Amino acid sequence: MTVAMEAQLGARGPAWRDVATKVVLALASLGILFIAWIMYGVGQALFGACLVMLALAFFVIYGFRRYYFARFIFPGAAAVLLFVAFPVIYTIYLGFTNYSSFNLLTFERAQEVLLSSRVIDEDSRRPFALVGEGDEYRVFLPEGEGGFLSDPFPLDGEPISVSAAAVDAPPAATLEMRDVVALRDPLSRVDVTLPNEMVLRASGLREFAFVEPVFQEIEDGRLENVQTGAILTPNQNVGFYQTAEGTNVTPGWRVFIGSGNFERIAQSQGIRGPLVGIFIWTITFAVASTVLCFAVGLLLATILQWEHMRFRALYRILLILPYAVPGFISILVFRGLFNQNFGEINLILSAVFGIRPSWFTDPFLARAMLLMVNVWLGYPYMMLLAMGFLQSVPQEQKKAAILEGAGALRVFFTITLPQILPPFLPLLLATFAFNFNNIVLILLLTTGGPDIPGTVIPAGQTDILGSFTFRIAFMDSGQQFGLAGAITLIIFLVVSAIAYANFVALRRTAQKG
Amino acid sequence: MIVENKRSLLVKKIAAHTFLLAFLAVIMFPFLMVVSISFREGNFSVGTLIPQNPTLEHWYLAFGLEYTRANGTVVQPPYPVLLWMWNSIKLGVISAAGALAIATISAYALSRIQFRGRMAFLDSLLIIQMFPTTLALVALFAIFDTMGDISPIIGIDSHVSLILVYLSGVMMHIWTIKGYFDSIDPALDKAAAIDGATPWQTFRFVFLPLAVPIMSVVFVLVFIGVVNDYPIASILLRSEENMTLATGSRFYLSQFEYRWGDFAAAAILSGVPITIVFLIAQRYLVSGLSEGSVKG
Repeated sequence: MTVAMEAQLGARGPAWRDVATKVVLALASLGILFIAWIMYGVGQALFGACLVMLALAFFVIYGFRRYYFARFIFPGAAAVLLFVAFPVIYTIYLGFTNYSSFNLLTFERAQEVLLSSRVIDEDSRRPFALVGEGDEYRVFLPEGEGGFLSDPFPLDGEPISVSAAAVDAPPAATLEMRDVVALRDPLSRVDVTLPNEMVLRASGLREFAFVEPVFQEIEDGRLENVQTGAILTPNQNVGFYQTAEGTNVTPGWRVFIGSGNFERIAQSQGIRGPLVGIFIWTITFAVASTVLCFAVGLLLATILQWEHMRFRALYRILLILPYAVPGFISILVFRGLFNQNFGEINLILSAVFGIRPSWFTDPFLARAMLLMVNVWLGYPYMMLLAMGFLQSVPQEQKKAAILEGAGALRVFFTITLPQILPPFLPLLLATFAFNFNNIVLILLLTTGGPDIPGTVIPAGQTDILGSFTFRIAFMDSGQQFGLAGAITLIIFLVVSAIAYANFVALRRTAQKG
Repeated sequence: MIVENKRSLLVKKIAAHTFLLAFLAVIMFPFLMVVSISFREGNFSVGTLIPQNPTLEHWYLAFGLEYTRANGTVVQPPYPVLLWMWNSIKLGVISAAGALAIATISAYALSRIQFRGRMAFLDSLLIIQMFPTTLALVALFAIFDTMGDISPIIGIDSHVSLILVYLSGVMMHIWTIKGYFDSIDPALDKAAAIDGATPWQTFRFVFLPLAVPIMSVVFVLVFIGVVNDYPIASILLRSEENMTLATGSRFYLSQFEYRWGDFAAAAILSGVPITIVFLIAQRYLVSGLSEGSVKG
């Protein structure tokens, strides 16, 4: 087969087609390179470099017949590298930076923000009036009997600078206040220069004033406060401008802080304490979910496999319903059913037993509820798999054992289970890995709550590592992407271990089969 | 097969059916409750499990229609459920088509073309596929936040960005389709090669028509995966009109606005179609998961 295909490679199309293909490819590659250049422009050299490599690979693979076979793999490999491998590595890299809502920008952008901050000189405040002249306007700044009248200018939203000259009397007609209000936005972009070179800007609805920048840049990227003369020094170790006393000035920028986040995790009792608890609960949750789902699924599969059973097909379809309903819907349904005051489960419990368990505020009950819901969601998958594997267990061995006088339980544990466990192992490991990161369940059902008291960052009794990270990064604690990245590394190590074990188990199964 | 006592067999049968029926009663409880709640008045439980004054209010609202109560007050639908459903379906279909194209081509190459590093590539796919998206969320947010500076189309709160991410979830499916291609007789592609077909032509005219069954299965799998996705969509989508069902539905049960009845109707409306699609596809799902992945 391979030989035959290589023979085909000699057969080329017409020369013009070859050239045309190359031109199109070169243009496409140039397009990607252009985007890469823009990326570099906005301070994302890393993304830019990735795109340059992508463009290069694209051109080489589709431009030269030598790499004919790689053309089939390229789209898949590019998708996996760009949106799976790269993001995972990049997340972990972010774990070594201080990326957060306080240090969101690049250095250049943070500096721009500080340089563009303005302060109004209170002494220079003076009222103004707006004069309409056809499509154009003039600003009148009264002073004594007369005042200053600016040159006419259009108010189209573009920044504009006009000069004003002294006049003896105020203009005959000025615009009403409500008309001025409507023009407030374009008016704020107008600079009026007085004869004494002072530049005034709108500082309110009724006033113009001298508006000056707070900071000006001096050497080495340092900033000087124009009014007080205080110096701000950029500190590239913490990603903030600092005053002489060492106080940080927001906004900060992203810097590499090495193991800073990890030291924070290790040293702060308010983070380390909950993290250890969350880690233990994550493992407990994943193991318990896997084992319970497996046990329930296997039990049901065994019953359904029994040849004397009637309505097996009907039972089967009803039993897999929880698996078929979209997970996010089922989880939210349970959230409502378990509700402390309005939920139907407590309605029944209080009618029958007179109790109203607080499912969402008691740590133990919240965890129990998560496990119940997760077994409900997860057993059908195990049941379906188990039904497949049970069929492959030879009947003769079971018969022989029964003839020897073994009971049904004994047959199950000594013959059936040992035979289905090895092929089941990779799938059990996969289920464990899935539950280890089952953040959808946690986020939609309990959002991690109830909270663990005395923590630095919000952490809940039912949080697993993944949902904890999600909350640090995207929910109530200020987008601490750096810290989230650091915790992601911990998850990554655990998942890697599981993935490797799973890989080995799969290889073994494949060799035996 | 084995001679069993008739009486003990009967007892066993009754025990098995009783157990299954009791189990099913517990399992079915949430479904029955949701149906009942969707017809019940108001958004809070009123002390009975079966609605006393059944109302279609929640259903009107779920379909995006106004509802006029008996006392004349007009209720507006709280959330655009049908729009969210349309978003979910749109994202699902486009992502599934794209992922299918990528997966099928890659699977063909991995099944039929001997190139250096093929086994390494297969192994790395298998391993990468085990890493959950959870690990990449922070970076995905950072990447698209930055890309938004270039064009909002590939930024946060854009469906294009979301589709790009979903397209990358093809590894599992490459394995599934490859397993299927492996089972196709090599004589077929030899015959095609002898007739002068290039590998691309062999793929296009021999393999693609043969792969239609497995491709439809993978299409449904990706579709369901996208519709069910919560974490990625929840970090990349912001505005209400861009939400998918999975990200929007949670608004119904927030701490500040508890719309239990409205949610029940919306949940049934959006859940039933997906459930039916899933039930049709589930046979293939399990066989694909347990077989496709182990054939090395």
